[in-house]
Amino acid sequence: MEHVTLLMVFGLALLVAGAMMWLPTLLAPRRTSAAKVEPFECGKDPLALPEGRFAIKFSTVAIFFIIFDIEVMLIFPWAVQVRALGWTGYLAMLVFLGVLMLGFLYMWKKGGLEWD
Amino acid sequence: MDAALIPLLPLLVVGGTALLVIVLDLLPPRDRKGHLGVVALAGVVMALLVSLGLWGREGRAFRGMVVLDNFALFLDVVICYAAALVLLLSTDYLRRNDGERGEYYILVLLSTLGMVLMAAAADLIVIFLALELMSLSLYVLAGFFRGRLAAAEASMKYFLLGAFATGFFIYGIALIYGATGSTALDRIAAATRAGTRDPLLLVGLGLLLVGFGFKISSVPFHMWVPDVYEGAPTSVTAFIATGSKAAGFAALLRVLLSTFKVSQPDWTVLLWVVAVLTMTVGNVVAIAQSNLKRMLAYSSVAHVGYMLIGVVAGGALGAGSVLFYLLVYTFTTAGAFGVILLLERGRREAVDLDDYAGLAGRHPVLALTLALFLLSLIGMPPTAGFAGKFYLFGAAVRSGYIWLAVIAVLNSAVAAYYYLRVVVYMYMRDTEGLPTGPAPSFAGRLALAIALWGIFQLGLLPAPVLDLAQAAVAPLLR
Repeated sequence: MEHVTLLMVFGLALLVAGAMMWLPTLLAPRRTSAAKVEPFECGKDPLALPEGRFAIKFSTVAIFFIIFDIEVMLIFPWAVQVRALGWTGYLAMLVFLGVLMLGFLYMWKKGGLEWD
Repeated sequence: MDAALIPLLPLLVVGGTALLVIVLDLLPPRDRKGHLGVVALAGVVMALLVSLGLWGREGRAFRGMVVLDNFALFLDVVICYAAALVLLLSTDYLRRNDGERGEYYILVLLSTLGMVLMAAAADLIVIFLALELMSLSLYVLAGFFRGRLAAAEASMKYFLLGAFATGFFIYGIALIYGATGSTALDRIAAATRAGTRDPLLLVGLGLLLVGFGFKISSVPFHMWVPDVYEGAPTSVTAFIATGSKAAGFAALLRVLLSTFKVSQPDWTVLLWVVAVLTMTVGNVVAIAQSNLKRMLAYSSVAHVGYMLIGVVAGGALGAGSVLFYLLVYTFTTAGAFGVILLLERGRREAVDLDDYAGLAGRHPVLALTLALFLLSLIGMPPTAGFAGKFYLFGAAVRSGYIWLAVIAVLNSAVAAYYYLRVVVYMYMRDTEGLPTGPAPSFAGRLALAIALWGIFQLGLLPAPVLDLAQAAVAPLLR
Protein backbone atom coordinates (compact mmCIF):
# COMPACT_ATOMS: atom_id res chain seq x y z
CA MET A 1 0.00 0.00 0.00
CA GLU A 2 2.98 2.31 0.47
CA HIS A 3 3.10 2.97 -3.27
CA VAL A 4 -0.43 4.31 -3.50
CA THR A 5 0.97 7.80 -3.07
CA LEU A 6 3.24 7.20 -6.04
CA LEU A 7 0.26 6.09 -8.08
CA MET A 8 -1.63 9.18 -7.00
CA VAL A 9 1.21 11.41 -8.17
CA PHE A 10 1.12 9.61 -11.53
CA GLY A 11 -2.62 10.10 -11.80
CA LEU A 12 -2.49 13.73 -10.77
CA ALA A 13 0.34 14.48 -13.21
CA LEU A 14 -1.59 12.85 -16.02
CA LEU A 15 -4.73 14.79 -15.08
CA VAL A 16 -3.04 18.18 -14.84
CA ALA A 17 -1.01 17.73 -18.02
CA GLY A 18 -4.02 16.41 -19.91
CA ALA A 19 -6.22 19.25 -18.71
CA MET A 20 -3.64 21.82 -19.70
CA MET A 21 -3.59 20.49 -23.22
CA TRP A 22 -7.31 19.97 -23.54
CA LEU A 23 -8.77 23.08 -21.86
CA PRO A 24 -7.32 25.65 -24.27
CA THR A 25 -9.10 23.98 -27.17
CA LEU A 26 -12.35 24.69 -25.34
CA LEU A 27 -11.71 28.03 -23.70
CA ALA A 28 -9.07 29.91 -25.63
CA PRO A 29 -10.31 32.47 -28.12
CA ARG A 30 -8.93 32.06 -31.63
CA ARG A 31 -8.31 35.32 -33.38
CA THR A 32 -5.58 34.68 -35.91
CA SER A 33 -3.93 37.25 -38.08
CA ALA A 34 -1.09 37.00 -40.58
CA ALA A 35 1.46 38.14 -37.99
CA LYS A 36 0.28 35.67 -35.40
CA VAL A 37 0.78 32.51 -37.44
CA GLU A 38 4.39 33.40 -38.19
CA PRO A 39 6.92 31.02 -36.54
CA PHE A 40 8.60 33.94 -34.78
CA GLU A 41 6.03 36.38 -33.55
CA CYS A 42 8.74 38.79 -32.44
CA GLY A 43 8.93 40.27 -35.88
CA LYS A 44 11.88 38.51 -37.47
CA ASP A 45 11.06 36.95 -40.79
CA PRO A 46 12.06 33.26 -40.92
CA LEU A 47 14.95 32.51 -43.27
CA ALA A 48 13.89 28.95 -44.04
CA LEU A 49 11.22 26.50 -43.02
CA PRO A 50 12.05 24.40 -39.96
CA GLU A 51 11.68 21.18 -41.95
CA GLY A 52 14.30 22.32 -44.42
CA ARG A 53 17.49 20.33 -44.93
CA PHE A 54 20.78 20.81 -43.20
CA ALA A 55 24.05 19.04 -43.81
CA ILE A 56 24.51 15.69 -42.03
CA LYS A 57 28.12 16.78 -41.38
CA PHE A 58 26.97 18.84 -38.43
CA SER A 59 25.68 15.74 -36.67
CA THR A 60 28.85 13.76 -37.36
CA VAL A 61 30.97 16.56 -35.91
CA ALA A 62 28.73 16.54 -32.86
CA ILE A 63 29.31 12.79 -32.50
CA PHE A 64 33.09 13.18 -32.84
CA PHE A 65 32.97 15.77 -30.09
CA ILE A 66 31.55 13.12 -27.75
CA ILE A 67 34.81 11.14 -28.02
CA PHE A 68 36.70 13.95 -26.29
CA ASP A 69 33.80 14.74 -24.02
CA ILE A 70 33.82 11.24 -22.55
CA GLU A 71 37.60 11.23 -22.42
CA VAL A 72 37.74 14.37 -20.27
CA MET A 73 34.84 13.22 -18.13
CA LEU A 74 36.71 10.06 -17.15
CA ILE A 75 40.17 11.58 -16.89
CA PHE A 76 39.12 14.11 -14.24
CA PRO A 77 38.11 11.65 -11.51
CA TRP A 78 41.15 9.52 -12.34
CA ALA A 79 43.48 12.54 -12.09
CA VAL A 80 42.08 13.42 -8.66
CA GLN A 81 42.87 9.93 -7.35
CA VAL A 82 45.95 9.22 -9.46
CA ARG A 83 48.27 8.44 -6.54
CA ALA A 84 45.78 6.20 -4.76
CA LEU A 85 45.08 4.24 -7.94
CA GLY A 86 48.78 3.67 -8.66
CA TRP A 87 50.18 1.81 -11.64
CA THR A 88 47.10 -0.35 -12.15
CA GLY A 89 45.00 2.77 -12.58
CA TYR A 90 47.60 4.27 -14.88
CA LEU A 91 47.65 1.21 -17.12
CA ALA A 92 43.86 1.01 -17.13
CA MET A 93 43.73 4.66 -18.20
CA LEU A 94 46.29 4.01 -20.94
CA VAL A 95 44.22 1.13 -22.29
CA PHE A 96 41.11 3.30 -22.21
CA LEU A 97 42.86 6.18 -23.98
CA GLY A 98 44.35 3.73 -26.48
CA VAL A 99 40.94 2.37 -27.45
CA LEU A 100 39.57 5.90 -27.70
CA MET A 101 42.49 7.13 -29.80
CA LEU A 102 42.06 4.13 -32.09
CA GLY A 103 38.50 5.23 -32.70
CA PHE A 104 39.70 8.76 -33.32
CA LEU A 105 42.35 7.54 -35.75
CA TYR A 106 39.77 5.46 -37.58
CA MET A 107 37.46 8.44 -37.91
CA TRP A 108 40.32 10.65 -39.12
CA LYS A 109 41.66 8.18 -41.68
CA LYS A 110 38.19 7.44 -43.02
CA GLY A 111 37.86 11.12 -43.86
CA GLY A 112 35.43 12.03 -41.12
CA LEU A 113 37.15 15.36 -40.50
CA GLU A 114 37.07 16.56 -44.07
CA TRP A 115 34.31 19.03 -44.61
CA ASP A 116 33.85 18.59 -48.36
CA MET B 1 48.81 -12.94 -16.89
CA ASP B 2 46.89 -11.19 -14.16
CA ALA B 3 44.50 -13.67 -12.57
CA ALA B 4 41.84 -10.98 -12.29
CA LEU B 5 41.60 -10.82 -16.07
CA ILE B 6 40.86 -14.52 -16.59
CA PRO B 7 37.07 -14.15 -16.19
CA LEU B 8 37.22 -11.55 -18.96
CA LEU B 9 39.22 -13.70 -21.37
CA PRO B 10 36.46 -14.49 -23.92
CA LEU B 11 35.45 -10.82 -23.91
CA LEU B 12 39.03 -9.67 -24.35
CA VAL B 13 39.59 -11.97 -27.31
CA VAL B 14 36.48 -10.77 -29.15
CA GLY B 15 37.05 -7.11 -28.24
CA GLY B 16 40.74 -7.29 -29.14
CA THR B 17 39.92 -8.79 -32.52
CA ALA B 18 37.44 -5.97 -33.13
CA LEU B 19 40.17 -3.38 -32.44
CA LEU B 20 42.61 -5.28 -34.65
CA VAL B 21 40.10 -5.30 -37.51
CA ILE B 22 39.57 -1.55 -37.06
CA VAL B 23 43.32 -1.00 -37.54
CA LEU B 24 43.52 -3.40 -40.48
CA ASP B 25 40.58 -1.69 -42.14
CA LEU B 26 42.65 1.51 -42.34
CA LEU B 27 45.49 -0.22 -44.18
CA PRO B 28 45.44 -1.04 -47.90
CA PRO B 29 44.00 -2.69 -49.95
CA ARG B 30 41.09 -0.33 -50.00
CA ASP B 31 38.69 -2.12 -52.30
CA ARG B 32 38.97 -5.72 -51.11
CA LYS B 33 38.10 -6.51 -47.52
CA GLY B 34 37.88 -10.29 -47.57
CA HIS B 35 40.99 -10.65 -45.40
CA LEU B 36 39.21 -8.79 -42.59
CA GLY B 37 36.62 -11.55 -42.61
CA VAL B 38 39.37 -14.12 -42.15
CA VAL B 39 40.85 -12.18 -39.20
CA ALA B 40 37.41 -11.74 -37.63
CA LEU B 41 36.70 -15.44 -38.09
CA ALA B 42 40.03 -16.36 -36.50
CA GLY B 43 39.20 -14.16 -33.50
CA VAL B 44 35.77 -15.69 -33.04
CA VAL B 45 37.15 -19.23 -33.34
CA MET B 46 39.84 -18.30 -30.81
CA ALA B 47 37.14 -17.04 -28.42
CA LEU B 48 35.29 -20.32 -28.95
CA LEU B 49 38.39 -22.35 -28.06
CA VAL B 50 39.16 -20.13 -25.07
CA SER B 51 35.61 -20.60 -23.78
CA LEU B 52 35.92 -24.37 -24.15
CA GLY B 53 39.30 -24.26 -22.39
CA LEU B 54 37.92 -22.27 -19.47
CA TRP B 55 35.07 -24.75 -18.91
CA GLY B 56 34.58 -25.45 -15.21
CA ARG B 57 36.31 -22.33 -13.94
CA GLU B 58 34.53 -19.70 -11.92
CA GLY B 59 35.44 -16.12 -11.30
CA ARG B 60 34.25 -12.56 -11.04
CA ALA B 61 35.59 -9.27 -12.32
CA PHE B 62 34.79 -5.59 -11.95
CA ARG B 63 33.53 -6.04 -8.37
CA GLY B 64 31.23 -8.86 -9.32
CA MET B 65 29.57 -7.06 -12.22
CA VAL B 66 30.91 -9.57 -14.74
CA VAL B 67 30.90 -13.24 -13.88
CA LEU B 68 32.55 -16.29 -15.38
CA ASP B 69 30.70 -19.55 -14.87
CA ASN B 70 29.70 -22.54 -16.96
CA PHE B 71 26.46 -20.82 -17.93
CA ALA B 72 28.31 -17.89 -19.49
CA LEU B 73 30.80 -20.24 -21.14
CA PHE B 74 28.11 -22.46 -22.69
CA LEU B 75 26.42 -19.41 -24.21
CA ASP B 76 29.78 -18.04 -25.34
CA VAL B 77 30.16 -21.23 -27.35
CA VAL B 78 26.67 -20.87 -28.86
CA ILE B 79 27.25 -17.20 -29.71
CA CYS B 80 30.71 -17.85 -31.16
CA TYR B 81 29.33 -20.66 -33.32
CA ALA B 82 26.65 -18.29 -34.59
CA ALA B 83 29.16 -15.53 -35.30
CA ALA B 84 31.59 -17.92 -37.01
CA LEU B 85 28.89 -19.36 -39.29
CA VAL B 86 27.68 -15.85 -40.15
CA LEU B 87 31.22 -14.67 -40.95
CA LEU B 88 31.82 -17.70 -43.17
CA LEU B 89 28.60 -16.98 -45.04
CA SER B 90 29.22 -13.24 -45.31
CA THR B 91 32.36 -12.57 -47.35
CA ASP B 92 31.27 -13.86 -50.75
CA TYR B 93 27.70 -12.73 -50.17
CA LEU B 94 28.82 -9.15 -49.51
CA ARG B 95 31.05 -9.16 -52.58
CA ARG B 96 28.16 -10.35 -54.77
CA ASN B 97 25.94 -7.56 -53.47
CA ASP B 98 28.53 -4.76 -53.69
CA GLY B 99 28.52 -4.44 -49.92
CA GLU B 100 32.11 -5.34 -49.21
CA ARG B 101 33.18 -2.89 -46.54
CA GLY B 102 35.38 -3.22 -43.48
CA GLU B 103 32.68 -1.82 -41.22
CA TYR B 104 30.66 -4.99 -41.64
CA TYR B 105 33.22 -7.15 -39.86
CA ILE B 106 33.85 -4.54 -37.16
CA LEU B 107 30.15 -4.30 -36.42
CA VAL B 108 29.68 -8.07 -36.38
CA LEU B 109 32.55 -8.38 -33.88
CA LEU B 110 31.29 -5.54 -31.68
CA SER B 111 27.83 -7.05 -31.69
CA THR B 112 29.35 -10.42 -30.74
CA LEU B 113 31.18 -8.66 -27.92
CA GLY B 114 27.85 -7.32 -26.66
CA MET B 115 26.32 -10.80 -26.80
CA VAL B 116 29.24 -12.42 -24.95
CA LEU B 117 29.10 -9.67 -22.33
CA MET B 118 25.38 -10.23 -21.94
CA ALA B 119 25.95 -13.90 -21.14
CA ALA B 120 28.49 -12.93 -18.47
CA ALA B 121 26.66 -9.94 -16.95
CA ALA B 122 25.78 -10.16 -13.26
CA ASP B 123 24.45 -6.64 -12.87
CA LEU B 124 21.41 -5.05 -14.48
CA ILE B 125 23.47 -2.08 -15.64
CA VAL B 126 25.97 -4.37 -17.38
CA ILE B 127 23.09 -6.28 -18.99
CA PHE B 128 21.80 -2.94 -20.26
CA LEU B 129 25.22 -1.94 -21.55
CA ALA B 130 25.66 -5.27 -23.33
CA LEU B 131 22.17 -5.07 -24.77
CA GLU B 132 22.91 -1.66 -26.24
CA LEU B 133 26.31 -2.66 -27.61
CA MET B 134 24.73 -5.64 -29.32
CA SER B 135 21.65 -3.81 -30.58
CA LEU B 136 23.29 -0.63 -31.86
CA SER B 137 25.64 -2.69 -34.04
CA LEU B 138 22.74 -4.77 -35.30
CA TYR B 139 20.65 -1.70 -36.17
CA VAL B 140 23.41 -0.54 -38.49
CA LEU B 141 24.02 -4.03 -39.90
CA ALA B 142 20.30 -4.43 -40.68
CA GLY B 143 20.56 -1.47 -43.04
CA PHE B 144 23.95 -2.38 -44.42
CA PHE B 145 22.78 -2.53 -48.06
CA ARG B 146 21.96 1.12 -47.82
CA GLY B 147 20.88 1.58 -51.41
CA ARG B 148 17.90 -0.70 -50.88
CA LEU B 149 14.62 0.67 -49.63
CA ALA B 150 13.76 -2.52 -47.72
CA ALA B 151 17.09 -2.36 -45.87
CA ALA B 152 16.48 1.22 -44.79
CA GLU B 153 13.02 0.29 -43.60
CA ALA B 154 14.35 -2.70 -41.67
CA SER B 155 17.06 -0.66 -39.99
CA MET B 156 14.73 2.19 -39.07
CA LYS B 157 12.00 -0.09 -37.73
CA TYR B 158 14.47 -2.14 -35.74
CA PHE B 159 16.02 1.00 -34.29
CA LEU B 160 12.77 2.73 -33.33
CA LEU B 161 11.15 -0.32 -31.77
CA GLY B 162 14.42 -1.38 -30.16
CA ALA B 163 14.90 2.03 -28.59
CA PHE B 164 11.33 1.89 -27.32
CA ALA B 165 11.90 -1.52 -25.75
CA THR B 166 15.13 -0.28 -24.20
CA GLY B 167 13.10 2.47 -22.53
CA PHE B 168 10.89 -0.17 -20.90
CA PHE B 169 13.95 -2.13 -19.86
CA ILE B 170 15.74 0.76 -18.18
CA TYR B 171 12.54 1.87 -16.45
CA GLY B 172 12.27 -1.66 -15.08
CA ILE B 173 15.84 -1.45 -13.78
CA ALA B 174 15.00 1.86 -12.08
CA LEU B 175 11.96 0.40 -10.33
CA ILE B 176 13.87 -2.70 -9.21
CA TYR B 177 16.60 -0.45 -7.87
CA GLY B 178 13.92 1.52 -6.05
CA ALA B 179 12.52 -1.63 -4.48
CA THR B 180 15.77 -3.35 -3.50
CA GLY B 181 18.42 -0.63 -3.42
CA SER B 182 20.80 -2.39 -5.80
CA THR B 183 21.34 -3.31 -9.43
CA ALA B 184 23.63 -6.26 -8.67
CA LEU B 185 21.81 -9.51 -9.37
CA ASP B 186 22.94 -11.34 -6.23
CA ARG B 187 22.01 -8.42 -3.98
CA ILE B 188 18.59 -8.17 -5.58
CA ALA B 189 18.21 -11.91 -4.98
CA ALA B 190 19.14 -11.46 -1.32
CA ALA B 191 16.72 -8.57 -0.93
CA THR B 192 13.84 -10.49 -2.49
CA ARG B 193 14.55 -13.58 -0.45
CA ALA B 194 14.17 -11.59 2.74
CA GLY B 195 11.43 -9.30 1.55
CA THR B 196 7.81 -9.69 0.58
CA ARG B 197 5.98 -9.47 -2.73
CA ASP B 198 6.65 -5.81 -3.26
CA PRO B 199 4.41 -4.53 -6.08
CA LEU B 200 7.13 -2.10 -7.17
CA LEU B 201 9.49 -5.03 -7.68
CA LEU B 202 6.94 -7.01 -9.66
CA VAL B 203 6.18 -4.04 -11.91
CA GLY B 204 9.93 -3.65 -12.45
CA LEU B 205 10.25 -7.32 -13.35
CA GLY B 206 7.34 -6.97 -15.75
CA LEU B 207 9.02 -4.07 -17.51
CA LEU B 208 12.27 -6.06 -17.74
CA LEU B 209 10.30 -8.88 -19.35
CA VAL B 210 8.95 -6.44 -21.95
CA GLY B 211 12.54 -5.51 -22.85
CA PHE B 212 13.64 -9.12 -23.02
CA GLY B 213 10.48 -10.08 -24.92
CA PHE B 214 11.43 -7.63 -27.62
CA LYS B 215 14.99 -8.95 -27.91
CA ILE B 216 13.97 -12.61 -28.10
CA SER B 217 10.92 -11.59 -30.19
CA SER B 218 8.14 -13.23 -28.21
CA VAL B 219 4.51 -12.34 -28.90
CA PRO B 220 3.24 -9.57 -28.45
CA PHE B 221 6.63 -7.94 -29.07
CA HIS B 222 7.31 -9.69 -32.38
CA MET B 223 5.93 -7.08 -34.78
CA TRP B 224 9.35 -5.97 -35.98
CA VAL B 225 10.55 -9.48 -36.82
CA PRO B 226 9.20 -10.13 -40.33
CA ASP B 227 10.12 -6.72 -41.77
CA VAL B 228 13.59 -6.65 -40.23
CA TYR B 229 14.36 -10.25 -41.21
CA GLU B 230 13.18 -9.61 -44.76
CA GLY B 231 14.94 -6.30 -45.31
CA ALA B 232 18.27 -7.01 -43.64
CA PRO B 233 21.09 -8.71 -45.57
CA THR B 234 20.49 -12.46 -45.24
CA SER B 235 23.73 -13.02 -43.33
CA VAL B 236 22.69 -10.36 -40.81
CA THR B 237 19.24 -11.93 -40.59
CA ALA B 238 20.89 -15.19 -39.63
CA PHE B 239 22.91 -13.37 -36.98
CA ILE B 240 19.89 -11.56 -35.52
CA ALA B 241 17.95 -14.82 -35.48
CA THR B 242 20.66 -16.85 -33.74
CA GLY B 243 23.18 -14.74 -31.82
CA SER B 244 20.95 -11.98 -30.47
CA LYS B 245 18.36 -14.51 -29.40
CA ALA B 246 20.95 -16.61 -27.57
CA ALA B 247 22.15 -13.49 -25.76
CA GLY B 248 18.60 -12.44 -24.90
CA PHE B 249 17.82 -15.86 -23.46
CA ALA B 250 21.10 -15.81 -21.54
CA ALA B 251 20.19 -12.66 -19.64
CA LEU B 252 16.55 -13.72 -19.31
CA LEU B 253 17.46 -17.08 -17.77
CA ARG B 254 20.02 -15.55 -15.42
CA VAL B 255 17.63 -12.85 -14.20
CA LEU B 256 14.61 -15.11 -13.83
CA LEU B 257 16.16 -18.29 -12.46
CA SER B 258 18.82 -16.96 -10.13
CA THR B 259 17.63 -13.47 -9.17
CA PHE B 260 13.86 -13.73 -9.15
CA LYS B 261 13.63 -17.32 -7.95
CA VAL B 262 11.28 -16.19 -5.19
CA SER B 263 8.78 -14.73 -7.65
CA GLN B 264 8.77 -17.91 -9.75
CA PRO B 265 5.02 -18.56 -9.24
CA ASP B 266 4.33 -15.04 -10.53
CA TRP B 267 6.39 -15.07 -13.71
CA THR B 268 5.65 -18.71 -14.54
CA VAL B 269 1.96 -17.91 -15.07
CA LEU B 270 2.88 -14.97 -17.27
CA LEU B 271 5.41 -16.89 -19.36
CA TRP B 272 3.00 -19.83 -19.77
CA VAL B 273 0.58 -17.53 -21.59
CA VAL B 274 3.37 -15.83 -23.56
CA ALA B 275 4.82 -19.19 -24.64
CA VAL B 276 1.46 -20.45 -25.93
CA LEU B 277 0.74 -17.17 -27.74
CA THR B 278 4.24 -16.99 -29.22
CA MET B 279 4.30 -20.44 -30.75
CA THR B 280 0.71 -20.31 -31.96
CA VAL B 281 0.91 -16.88 -33.58
CA GLY B 282 4.31 -17.66 -35.09
CA ASN B 283 3.21 -20.92 -36.65
CA VAL B 284 -0.20 -19.82 -37.85
CA VAL B 285 1.06 -16.64 -39.52
CA ALA B 286 4.03 -18.47 -41.07
CA ILE B 287 1.58 -20.60 -43.08
CA ALA B 288 0.49 -17.54 -45.07
CA GLN B 289 4.00 -16.47 -46.10
CA SER B 290 5.30 -16.99 -49.60
CA ASN B 291 8.64 -15.22 -48.98
CA LEU B 292 11.06 -17.68 -47.43
CA LYS B 293 12.82 -15.09 -45.28
CA ARG B 294 9.48 -13.95 -43.84
CA MET B 295 8.43 -17.54 -43.31
CA LEU B 296 11.62 -18.31 -41.38
CA ALA B 297 11.09 -15.07 -39.42
CA TYR B 298 7.70 -16.25 -38.18
CA SER B 299 9.09 -19.73 -37.63
CA SER B 300 11.83 -18.20 -35.45
CA VAL B 301 9.08 -16.53 -33.40
CA ALA B 302 7.46 -19.93 -32.98
CA HIS B 303 10.75 -21.47 -31.85
CA VAL B 304 11.07 -18.80 -29.16
CA GLY B 305 7.72 -20.06 -27.92
CA TYR B 306 9.12 -23.60 -27.67
CA MET B 307 12.16 -22.35 -25.76
CA LEU B 308 9.97 -20.40 -23.33
CA ILE B 309 8.40 -23.76 -22.40
CA GLY B 310 11.76 -24.76 -20.95
CA VAL B 311 11.90 -21.52 -18.96
CA VAL B 312 8.42 -22.18 -17.58
CA ALA B 313 9.32 -25.78 -16.70
CA GLY B 314 12.40 -24.51 -14.86
CA GLY B 315 14.88 -26.64 -12.95
CA ALA B 316 18.06 -28.15 -14.33
CA LEU B 317 16.19 -30.10 -17.01
CA GLY B 318 14.01 -27.21 -18.19
CA ALA B 319 16.71 -24.55 -18.27
CA GLY B 320 19.28 -27.05 -19.57
CA SER B 321 17.06 -27.98 -22.48
CA VAL B 322 16.65 -24.29 -23.34
CA LEU B 323 20.43 -24.01 -23.67
CA PHE B 324 20.56 -27.23 -25.67
CA TYR B 325 17.79 -25.98 -27.94
CA LEU B 326 19.60 -22.67 -28.44
CA LEU B 327 22.60 -24.56 -29.80
CA VAL B 328 20.38 -26.74 -32.01
CA TYR B 329 18.48 -23.71 -33.21
CA THR B 330 21.69 -21.82 -34.01
CA PHE B 331 22.98 -24.58 -36.30
CA THR B 332 19.61 -25.17 -37.94
CA THR B 333 18.60 -21.56 -38.53
CA ALA B 334 22.05 -20.38 -39.62
CA GLY B 335 22.08 -23.33 -42.04
CA ALA B 336 18.63 -22.61 -43.46
CA PHE B 337 19.40 -18.93 -43.98
CA GLY B 338 22.78 -19.98 -45.39
CA VAL B 339 21.16 -21.97 -48.20
CA ILE B 340 18.84 -19.05 -49.03
CA LEU B 341 21.84 -16.73 -49.05
CA LEU B 342 23.76 -18.92 -51.50
CA LEU B 343 20.91 -19.25 -53.98
CA GLU B 344 20.21 -16.64 -56.57
CA ARG B 345 17.92 -16.40 -59.53
CA GLY B 346 19.21 -14.18 -62.27
CA ARG B 347 20.80 -11.28 -60.42
CA ARG B 348 18.60 -11.30 -57.34
CA GLU B 349 18.39 -13.41 -54.23
CA ALA B 350 16.07 -16.39 -54.39
CA VAL B 351 13.67 -15.65 -51.54
CA ASP B 352 10.26 -16.50 -53.04
CA LEU B 353 8.74 -19.93 -52.75
CA ASP B 354 8.45 -20.10 -56.56
CA ASP B 355 12.21 -19.73 -56.88
CA TYR B 356 12.59 -23.12 -55.22
CA ALA B 357 10.39 -25.05 -57.65
CA GLY B 358 12.35 -27.93 -59.14
CA LEU B 359 15.56 -27.13 -57.33
CA ALA B 360 16.18 -30.78 -56.44
CA GLY B 361 16.42 -31.73 -60.11
CA ARG B 362 19.31 -29.41 -60.89
CA HIS B 363 21.08 -29.03 -57.54
CA PRO B 364 20.30 -32.20 -55.59
CA VAL B 365 22.92 -31.70 -52.87
CA LEU B 366 21.89 -28.16 -52.03
CA ALA B 367 18.19 -29.07 -52.10
CA LEU B 368 18.86 -32.00 -49.79
CA THR B 369 20.80 -29.73 -47.43
CA LEU B 370 17.92 -27.25 -47.22
CA ALA B 371 15.46 -30.12 -46.78
CA LEU B 372 17.52 -31.47 -43.87
CA PHE B 373 17.59 -28.07 -42.15
CA LEU B 374 13.82 -27.75 -42.62
CA LEU B 375 13.30 -31.27 -41.22
CA SER B 376 15.38 -30.27 -38.21
CA LEU B 377 13.17 -27.20 -37.76
CA ILE B 378 10.12 -29.48 -37.83
CA GLY B 379 11.77 -31.77 -35.31
CA MET B 380 12.19 -35.00 -37.27
CA PRO B 381 14.58 -37.66 -35.97
CA PRO B 382 17.51 -38.16 -36.42
CA THR B 383 18.16 -34.42 -36.74
CA ALA B 384 18.95 -32.20 -33.79
CA GLY B 385 15.53 -30.54 -33.88
CA PHE B 386 13.96 -33.76 -32.65
CA ALA B 387 16.31 -34.12 -29.68
CA GLY B 388 15.87 -30.46 -28.75
CA LYS B 389 12.08 -30.60 -28.83
CA PHE B 390 12.06 -33.96 -27.06
CA TYR B 391 13.98 -32.53 -24.10
CA LEU B 392 11.94 -29.30 -23.97
CA PHE B 393 8.55 -30.99 -24.08
CA GLY B 394 9.81 -33.75 -21.78
CA ALA B 395 10.85 -31.13 -19.22
CA ALA B 396 7.37 -29.57 -19.45
CA VAL B 397 5.68 -32.93 -18.86
CA ARG B 398 7.95 -33.78 -15.96
CA SER B 399 7.24 -30.44 -14.29
CA GLY B 400 3.50 -31.03 -14.64
CA TYR B 401 2.77 -28.68 -17.53
CA ILE B 402 0.99 -31.35 -19.57
CA TRP B 403 -1.23 -28.90 -21.45
CA LEU B 404 1.73 -26.78 -22.43
CA ALA B 405 3.39 -29.85 -23.95
CA VAL B 406 0.17 -30.83 -25.75
CA ILE B 407 -0.20 -27.35 -27.28
CA ALA B 408 3.47 -27.40 -28.31
CA VAL B 409 3.13 -30.77 -30.06
CA LEU B 410 0.01 -29.59 -31.89
CA ASN B 411 1.93 -26.49 -32.94
CA SER B 412 4.78 -28.60 -34.27
CA ALA B 413 2.29 -30.47 -36.42
CA VAL B 414 1.01 -27.18 -37.85
CA ALA B 415 4.59 -26.07 -38.48
CA ALA B 416 5.33 -29.22 -40.50
CA TYR B 417 2.93 -27.95 -43.15
CA TYR B 418 4.79 -24.82 -44.15
CA TYR B 419 8.27 -26.35 -43.83
CA LEU B 420 7.30 -29.34 -45.95
CA ARG B 421 5.71 -27.05 -48.52
CA VAL B 422 9.20 -25.83 -49.41
CA VAL B 423 10.37 -29.44 -49.71
CA VAL B 424 7.38 -30.21 -51.97
CA TYR B 425 8.25 -27.22 -54.16
CA MET B 426 11.86 -28.35 -54.45
CA TYR B 427 11.15 -32.00 -55.23
CA MET B 428 7.76 -32.15 -56.91
CA ARG B 429 7.42 -29.04 -59.05
CA ASP B 430 8.98 -28.01 -62.30
CA THR B 431 10.97 -24.87 -62.82
CA GLU B 432 9.35 -22.01 -64.70
CA GLY B 433 11.42 -19.25 -66.24
CA LEU B 434 14.97 -18.54 -65.11
CA PRO B 435 16.59 -21.37 -63.17
CA THR B 436 17.74 -20.81 -59.60
CA GLY B 437 21.35 -21.67 -58.91
CA PRO B 438 23.93 -21.41 -56.17
CA ALA B 439 26.61 -18.72 -56.20
CA PRO B 440 30.17 -20.01 -56.01
CA SER B 441 31.37 -19.71 -52.43
CA PHE B 442 33.71 -22.14 -50.75
CA ALA B 443 33.36 -20.49 -47.34
CA GLY B 444 29.57 -20.57 -47.64
CA ARG B 445 29.61 -24.29 -48.37
CA LEU B 446 31.97 -24.84 -45.45
CA ALA B 447 29.49 -23.05 -43.17
CA LEU B 448 26.68 -25.28 -44.42
CA ALA B 449 28.83 -28.37 -43.85
CA ILE B 450 29.54 -27.28 -40.26
CA ALA B 451 25.86 -26.61 -39.65
CA LEU B 452 24.96 -30.03 -41.08
CA TRP B 453 27.55 -31.67 -38.87
CA GLY B 454 26.01 -29.79 -35.95
CA ILE B 455 22.47 -30.98 -36.53
CA PHE B 456 23.55 -34.61 -36.92
CA GLN B 457 26.02 -34.55 -34.05
CA LEU B 458 23.37 -33.10 -31.74
CA GLY B 459 20.65 -35.29 -33.21
CA LEU B 460 22.43 -38.61 -32.97
CA LEU B 461 24.44 -38.05 -29.78
CA PRO B 462 22.49 -35.43 -27.81
CA ALA B 463 23.12 -36.76 -24.28
CA PRO B 464 26.70 -35.48 -23.72
CA VAL B 465 25.79 -31.95 -24.81
CA LEU B 466 22.60 -32.00 -22.73
CA ASP B 467 24.72 -33.02 -19.73
CA LEU B 468 26.97 -30.03 -20.39
CA ALA B 469 23.93 -27.76 -20.70
CA GLN B 470 22.55 -29.03 -17.40
CA ALA B 471 25.93 -28.51 -15.76
CA ALA B 472 25.89 -25.00 -17.21
CA VAL B 473 22.63 -24.00 -15.54
CA ALA B 474 23.69 -25.48 -12.18
CA PRO B 475 25.31 -22.18 -11.01
CA LEU B 476 21.99 -20.39 -11.55
CA LEU B 477 19.95 -22.88 -9.54
CA ARG B 478 22.14 -22.94 -6.47
